Amino acid sequence: MDLLNNLVLGFATAASPYNLLFCFIGVILGTLIGVLPGIGATATIAMLLPITFQLEPVSSLIMLAGIYYGAQYGGSTTAILINMPGESSSAVTAIDGYQMARKGRAGAALSIAAIGSFFAGTVSTILVAVFAPPLTAVALRFGSPEYFSLMIVGLVSSVALAHGSVVKALGMVVLGLLLGLVGTDIYTGTPRFNLGILELSDGLNFVALAVGVFGIAEILRNLENEHDRDVMIKKVTNLWPTRQDWKEMTAPILRGTVIGSALGILPGGGAILASFASYTVEKRISNTPGEFGKGAVAGVAGPESANNAGAQTSFIPMLTLGIPANPVMALMIGAMIIQGIVPGPNVATEQPALFWGIIASMWIGNLMLILLNLPLIGLWVKLLTIPYYMLFPAIIAFCSIGVYSVNSNVFDLYAVAFFGLIGYGLAKLRCEPAPLLLGFVLGPLLEEHLRRAMIMSRGDPMTFLNRPISLGLLLLAAAVLVVVLLPSIRKKRDEVFVED
Amino acid sequence: MGERFRPFFIASNGRGEHMRNLSFSSRDLICGALFIFIGLFFAIQAYGLELGTALRMGPGYFPFVLAGILILLGIIVIIQGTQLQHEPMGPIAWRGMLFILPAPILFGLTVRGLGFVPSLFLTGLVAAFASTKMRPGTALLLVGGLTLFSVIVFSYALGLPFRRFGPWLGQ
Repeated sequence: MDLLNNLVLGFATAASPYNLLFCFIGVILGTLIGVLPGIGATATIAMLLPITFQLEPVSSLIMLAGIYYGAQYGGSTTAILINMPGESSSAVTAIDGYQMARKGRAGAALSIAAIGSFFAGTVSTILVAVFAPPLTAVALRFGSPEYFSLMIVGLVSSVALAHGSVVKALGMVVLGLLLGLVGTDIYTGTPRFNLGILELSDGLNFVALAVGVFGIAEILRNLENEHDRDVMIKKVTNLWPTRQDWKEMTAPILRGTVIGSALGILPGGGAILASFASYTVEKRISNTPGEFGKGAVAGVAGPESANNAGAQTSFIPMLTLGIPANPVMALMIGAMIIQGIVPGPNVATEQPALFWGIIASMWIGNLMLILLNLPLIGLWVKLLTIPYYMLFPAIIAFCSIGVYSVNSNVFDLYAVAFFGLIGYGLAKLRCEPAPLLLGFVLGPLLEEHLRRAMIMSRGDPMTFLNRPISLGLLLLAAAVLVVVLLPSIRKKRDEVFVED
Repeated sequence: MGERFRPFFIASNGRGEHMRNLSFSSRDLICGALFIFIGLFFAIQAYGLELGTALRMGPGYFPFVLAGILILLGIIVIIQGTQLQHEPMGPIAWRGMLFILPAPILFGLTVRGLGFVPSLFLTGLVAAFASTKMRPGTALLLVGGLTLFSVIVFSYALGLPFRRFGPWLGQ
């Protein structure tokens, strides 16, 4: 009955008025940025990260988590209504959701997405609660070789999920790792790669890097060709799905939940992969595959459940191992470190209220989303009509305030401008920023565990292969790499990502 | 640093199979050259540090290996660029860069001297003109509202320790 006690503790923490307020702020903010194209969850969380320093650790993490899954909800709203996925994980929803909207069934599509997401969110919250403790127990026995191999899996997976060239994505990982090493060597205290700049001796600022490559670069890309967004939205009526809809959506929601939960746990997995996988499965096993692309209920219900489940279970590696599965999780780890919490298996035992509070807050947040968003759809639609040029000055201002407030260091603001330029340049060269950020976070950890493992094994690199868990993880990484490099799968992968 | 690898690059094409379209993607060429340049930078810097042995790795060991991998990847990117179809680079947001990138720098230069309120107003104003659609009147109104909002939220509600008006204004 440990699970029950833990969940009670979690809900007691998450349901305190203070935490409920921040959960609410998080999901509202998340929905807002999910609806608004041109600013994503990663940039928003990076921007708000410094401000969370003022909050309690639990409240800040609850709010940041709320932004993450709130953005998934918001992203699917715009995907359905105007065929413009606010977040990349809703790209699949746009295919059939928008067709439903064109047939005058926008309300039903939105409800199906919301119901699917809520169901998946509930199940995956339970899954996180059930699987986190045993995984934590396993993780406590992890030595340096296992950690090293696990991080390799995470980095390789981020390459597999990047759009475009695999080689460029690998380059981004390596570049990120190198940038993560700038500063001072932890073992010897030797300064390295700091170009003689005093401010760099503690390393590059993570927030400045994230805000630059995700926030500023994104704004520059949106300013390339400004065109008015013609938002033509029919009035949304008839929110309640018909009896036929219920019949058609039940099985896809169940399957989507299972697929999403499984893929979310994998390092580097998460919401995007989950929604694509679910769509493919639904289309393949459907009796009427011809309906897909023309407004199939299953094409909305499956992927929407899958992406929410995946978003939720991607917290498992972050909470139990301290290993981020995607850039958002990397930022959550950054938030923990700012708060003085060392991410890893010890969080569950040393900070049970924090650990279970976050898990419980996910369910509460999902409930808030379904209660708030369906009635508020009119408001979100109105927001879509705000022209972009009214938005980005505010984004720049908040980025500047956010970064400066980390440690009142003016140098960090120059770093934002620098990384904004770099990020925009890399985007023009078709290099994805996500693997870079993941590499940056893992760089110092990877080096530390590599060096420690080598010392422990007296310089024998076979230590990574002699230990079964480490070997298994490395084989997994190798398999992922081989798979993405295979020509036939590469072609398919290009097709899958072509939506963006 | 790109020139150094040019002979190699041409040699790889000289084998015959790509003779018909010897053109290369400028995007991939720049990308590959960038990887190689950054890799060389880190490699040279790391070599100047103590490399150590595989048993006791010095501060330069791991970065040196990574830099080597990055250089290798850069070479592969350039070679691949000769084989794939090329797409145009697309427009470049010159105006955006001109106004957006200096905005955080301006904030950094003035936030201590002028104080939070005027500094943020200037930053927002500069950023606003990155869009061709922005009109001066709209910008003043928008940025004024933005500044007011930020002061209320960040300075009063969240209590961030910024001076609202700084010493340059005689405060």
